[in-house]
Amino acid sequence: MNNNLRINKNNFIDQTVRISFKFNGKKLFGYKGDTLASALLANNIHLVGRSFKYHRPRGIMTCGSEEPNAIVQVGNDPALTDPNVRATEIELYEGLEAFSQNCWPSVNFDIGGINNFLSPLLPAGFYYKTFMWPASFWEKYEFFIRHSAGLGKSPTKPDQDLYDHQYVHCDVLVIGGGISGILSAKLSAEKGLNTILIDDKSYLGGSTIYQDNDIFKINNETSNAWLKNQIEKLKKIPNLTIKNRTSVAAFHGYNYLLARENLTDHLGANERKGKIRQRLLKIRAKKVVIATGAIERPLIFSNNDRPGIILSSSIKKYIDYYGVKTGENISLFTNNDSAYETAISLNKSGVKVKVIIDIRENPSSILSEKIEKTGIKILRGHTITNTDGYKRIKSIDVMKLSKDGENVVGNKTTYKCDCLGISGGWTPMVHLFTQSGGKLKFRNNDNVFIPDENKTPSEQISVGSSNGDFELDDVINNTVKKIKIFLRLDKNDYENLDIKCSKEKQKRNIWLLPSNKPTSKSKPFLDFQNDSTAKDVKLALREGFKSIEHVKRYTTTGMGTDQGKLSNMHALGIIADTTGTNMGELGTTTFRPPYTPLTFGAIVGRNVGEFFDHTRRTAIHDWHVENKAEFENVGQWKRPWYFPKNGETMYQAVQRESKAARESAGILDASTLGKIDIQGEDASEFLNRVYTNAWSKLAIGKCRYGLMLNEDGMVYDDGVTTRLGENHYIMTTTTGGAANVLSKLEDYLQTEWPELNVYLTTVTDQYSTMSICGPNSKKIIKKIIPSLDLSDESFPHMSFKNSKIDNVNCRIMRISFTGEHSYEINVQSNYAKDVWEKCIAAGKEFNITPYGTETMHLLRAEKGFIITGQDTDGTLTPSDLQMDWIIGKKKYDFIGKRSLYRSDTIREDRKQLVGLLTDDPNEVLEEGAQLVESLEKPIDMLGHVTSSYFSPNLNKSIALAVVRSGKKLKGKKLIVPMENKNINVTITDTVFYDKENKRLNA
Amino acid sequence: MFIINCPYCGERDQTEFSCGGEAHIERPKQPTELSDDQWAEYLFMRKNIKGIQFERWNHIHGCRKWFNVVRDTSNDKIHAVYKMGERPPLK
Ligand SMILES: [Zn+2]
Repeated sequence: MNNNLRINKNNFIDQTVRISFKFNGKKLFGYKGDTLASALLANNIHLVGRSFKYHRPRGIMTCGSEEPNAIVQVGNDPALTDPNVRATEIELYEGLEAFSQNCWPSVNFDIGGINNFLSPLLPAGFYYKTFMWPASFWEKYEFFIRHSAGLGKSPTKPDQDLYDHQYVHCDVLVIGGGISGILSAKLSAEKGLNTILIDDKSYLGGSTIYQDNDIFKINNETSNAWLKNQIEKLKKIPNLTIKNRTSVAAFHGYNYLLARENLTDHLGANERKGKIRQRLLKIRAKKVVIATGAIERPLIFSNNDRPGIILSSSIKKYIDYYGVKTGENISLFTNNDSAYETAISLNKSGVKVKVIIDIRENPSSILSEKIEKTGIKILRGHTITNTDGYKRIKSIDVMKLSKDGENVVGNKTTYKCDCLGISGGWTPMVHLFTQSGGKLKFRNNDNVFIPDENKTPSEQISVGSSNGDFELDDVINNTVKKIKIFLRLDKNDYENLDIKCSKEKQKRNIWLLPSNKPTSKSKPFLDFQNDSTAKDVKLALREGFKSIEHVKRYTTTGMGTDQGKLSNMHALGIIADTTGTNMGELGTTTFRPPYTPLTFGAIVGRNVGEFFDHTRRTAIHDWHVENKAEFENVGQWKRPWYFPKNGETMYQAVQRESKAARESAGILDASTLGKIDIQGEDASEFLNRVYTNAWSKLAIGKCRYGLMLNEDGMVYDDGVTTRLGENHYIMTTTTGGAANVLSKLEDYLQTEWPELNVYLTTVTDQYSTMSICGPNSKKIIKKIIPSLDLSDESFPHMSFKNSKIDNVNCRIMRISFTGEHSYEINVQSNYAKDVWEKCIAAGKEFNITPYGTETMHLLRAEKGFIITGQDTDGTLTPSDLQMDWIIGKKKYDFIGKRSLYRSDTIREDRKQLVGLLTDDPNEVLEEGAQLVESLEKPIDMLGHVTSSYFSPNLNKSIALAVVRSGKKLKGKKLIVPMENKNINVTITDTVFYDKENKRLNA
Repeated sequence: MFIINCPYCGERDQTEFSCGGEAHIERPKQPTELSDDQWAEYLFMRKNIKGIQFERWNHIHGCRKWFNVVRDTSNDKIHAVYKMGERPPLK
């Protein structure tokens, strides 16, 4: 380790605990308390990556979440590697391994760097202009763009880490643990309010905690000593929760916030084991205090992006907090007093500050006077016009500014340096305020957008520098004053503090600093991550872009992972200057969540693998598993798909099951069908209104098939409903439609027809259903329930009987979805498996064959029965389905009736359901395949195949399809064009098997 | 994410509710007597206001009751909730 860059005395880094880590394969050392960035700087490593477009060498530029350059890949385990991590945020731990991103083949030799020399060819909108045409070339461009853009690598194996979600409620949430956040949290908690204080760092106290400077005093103590005391007291208050290493990502309406708590990211591999890595906090706060601070602005001048150019306040933190010198020969460039604080810190630590370049003419303050006494040279009214050095800054060119600041005058002087601190003033962090719906106002004298107190959407306030207070006395006094009103406090200890600090006297701001070089040769970077320059913004304006949202997207300014935290303001300033607009009128681009990136792990929490969604299993599920069923997901349900025997393929199994069901007996678990119990004196009237056909005359003990429409006349759901009693029905719905049908029925009952006395109860889970079909089904039922009269006279098709199987109550319906003589047994679910096994045992002599959804689909297709959602898609009326017979023409009204004779629904050329037979009976069509009449271009698409199977009972291929004017086209030849052949088909009736329905009573 | 004050259950998180669109669009009593245009007006036309809007909401993962909400769509502030059949509060 280069110990020359580490100063010895400080309170924050434990120099007794050495930590080894690797950067780009090289073994290095740091100390406990370091971030990766501070440890790299201590090892004299500034160059950490390449820029996005020009692949220019880039160095660590900040010390926080706004870092645009030091983006690294952490770890190389294929399951745990983490891309796009800011070196300034990651805490050093033993064994940490990090790699530069966005450089190939290596950070020191980078092929993409050639773009830097080609840069005149890469203006704003370059990607749009170049790679958009011809479209067919995109595949070729893509490889190069992706390769040279390459922002990090995704893990290739499933994440092994644990993540959690937690709901959190509190009276007051304070975001930010700087001095204003500390005071707010303390006042809130002392008042007895349940308070949470959140900060993204591992420590509390913000930038004041390392501000060891005699100029800043509170009640005669230095500000850091005073604050340290307050924090000690704060930690003792019982009704306060402090969450460190926690970052608020989003602030939604009604004070709902999302925060990510990092629990193990700072620990070594051994300490992480078995622990939750990150927790997503879902916070509801009665009141919110935003104390998120401010971010220092860079200055925009030519070649302001070289490694070694660092924000002035970050240089200060590296020396004061981490004890790391960012250079041996540092110069500072500023438009405000902050750089003088940095100079004092550096001077105190024995680091040579050669020169401070200040664009202001007369910036006298307590701070600048103190600097003058040290003999550090101050160049007032000057600017830097250029910098030199490739992988590290070597020198700066300085010239005098003209009075109006538009030009430079006189001769240039070159100063050598190995580090340059820049400060362009401060930008309040208003992201969360605006995310919540708050509106900003512009303060002209120091060019900041601050929260507009009168346009605050919820119970919240912004305090401290996030509210635009930058001087110590303003921060404390205004915070205390605002909190007192916000939390309705009485007098408190902080109202009459004796605060001493320096006050800034003069302000001067130039968004784009002038240079003596021609514009074409200068490179003043605005967005360091996306490599957009001030020139790009001006070019976009010349090309006619006016809206800032458009300029942003065209130039990609502010679109990197740092979301333009550093220099969005400069882009706005340059747009305002160029177009002669006031910045306040221009407004800002929209701040969108997340404030800092969230991991997918934190977003999904425990909802992974089998917890991703609920799994519904029927009461008979275990039997299906024991009997080797293959399962199909139908919504959340696991349904048996088919039951392969002796290594059968799906096709073979389905052919066997389908034949058995028609030749002897089949059994299906139909428990997933939705079941709604309907009771009340108006139940019949209600069914009349929701189904297309008539229900009032349905006798008790009878079943009826019903079709349900939407008000637009389109088929919505179908199923059989049985009248159990005078005022009692049981309705079945499709498996997928169950929940929506119930909701729809409840909606009509509650809102349109409250006068009807009807009660709806879902009993889908309470009852299980098994359907036994085939010519031997009657014999099987007879064996199970010998006492039941199964004669066609007593128990005809479409009727129902209450019965008992071994003292278990059951409802037997004689209904059929296969066209065969069938019975449906409904029993309470906890008896279902026993009853099922009884059926299987009784059916053994008839070779009863369990079948799954695929065979069910095939059998019903042979009969031309529709499946809503497969043969229908929300655009078909009953008439389109050739089901005019089910429309109760005499009925005055039902849901959707009026829509059935709108001008559009009576068109004869609507798509209509038809049957299809292939000329080659062995050719099975693909579902979704298009139907055309001729292959002459342009080809007119007439419709598509909705269901298609090889029917073992007919020994040929059958299909259902929707075809324009299909009803009139019976017998017509059409073509199904496929990738490598054209299939000839003929339109037929939709019923392929047993057209006379003889088998129902067989 | 709103907090909605269900008239039957009290304040609950928005995730428990579903929105049913514009309120106070009554299903015509005699649909068969309407022209295509009149029926289309009922069926398809919705206001989608920026500002104060009257909406139907359903406490779908709670009591399953439908009720009405007066919401300012520009800032999501809920100004009133009231039961089905009750008079809307005056603007
Ligand atoms: Zn409710």
